[in-house]
Amino acid sequence: MIPPFQTFLDEYREAVYRYLVATVGPTEAEDCFQDTFLAALRAYPKLRHGSNLKSWVLTIATRKAIDAGRRAARRPTSIPDVESVSDPAAGAEPDPVDPADPLWEAVRGLPPRQRAAVVHRFVLDRSYVEVAEAMGTTEETARQNVHLGLKKLREEVTSHEHE
Amino acid sequence: MNTSELKRLARRSQGPAAGAAAARFLERASAAGLVDVAYGFADSPFGPLLVAMSKRGVVRLAYPNEAADEVLDDLASQVSPRVLESLGATDQVRRELDEYFEGRRRSFSVPADFALSRGFSRRILERTARIPFGDVATYAQMAEAAGSPRAARAAGNALGSNPIPIVVPCHRVVHSDGGLGGYTGGSERKVVLLRLEGALDEGAARPRSPGGPRH
Repeated sequence: MIPPFQTFLDEYREAVYRYLVATVGPTEAEDCFQDTFLAALRAYPKLRHGSNLKSWVLTIATRKAIDAGRRAARRPTSIPDVESVSDPAAGAEPDPVDPADPLWEAVRGLPPRQRAAVVHRFVLDRSYVEVAEAMGTTEETARQNVHLGLKKLREEVTSHEHE
Repeated sequence: MNTSELKRLARRSQGPAAGAAAARFLERASAAGLVDVAYGFADSPFGPLLVAMSKRGVVRLAYPNEAADEVLDDLASQVSPRVLESLGATDQVRRELDEYFEGRRRSFSVPADFALSRGFSRRILERTARIPFGDVATYAQMAEAAGSPRAARAAGNALGSNPIPIVVPCHRVVHSDGGLGGYTGGSERKVVLLRLEGALDEGAARPRSPGGPRH
């Protein structure tokens, strides 16, 4: 049985939001969140059963985050995001995450697949099997992505500390 | 850096932001026409009523004794799983229910959607929807109107499982001998509703002129 969409949204919105803030940052997370749940809502009546909905929605979120990462990579980084500056609602709430936190910045600086793997594994506390499933890779590749991502993070953060 | 540091940061990213994003998502989903069933809660003398709107009209109204989870699961499997809570989409029906309970409204302008009823039950409920405010009809009359004059008991069963009480006024159907008959969640509710509509005198246990012409 497929639960009412509201139940599904209530249950997974935190995990999806957390995942997105960690991978694409608080500004992009909002758009990716909308895109993720709209895609889920469109596909929802076609689902055959309601098992493993968490994996399903995090897989969608992973795809949206990687797309957003590619978009951001094509944008010149020195120009601030016009939309986020002009949107009055964006400034109304204090950011729940300090985007300037060097560790956070380092996470977002990782290549998209390493970043996704690290966030799935450590921010969402998922097993390598689940990371692999969400990213459409083998478990071995998931481990490798996490390993490479962590290694790079350690280098980044250590070099910061020595600055 | 260690991995617990990542988890600490993740915990700080929780809070109102996801809720606000979910609220904006609801707006976009509604604008895109992707909400098949919108529900909300209306105040009533019986406690909060769950009211659900399909794209065609009110499809479900549930008294507080029914578990909301089960009502919503039912809507998801029988109407569409695209079920979302929405104040906006239920605003009109909630306001009309308020007015009805305050004695300022005699009929609902929001149409009923009989999607949850089939066959004989549906015919009975469609007829019941036409009994005017302040009137009552009998089970036998409803059965006859639905084309099965001897099916008064079946008519009673159909009304007992009315998915849209109040809006489809099954409380206006009573026994031919003047007895009130049953009602979902107890006949006291039937008494309250009929008194509110002036179909039952204060203190009286029987409705005035069941089924007959009034005035």
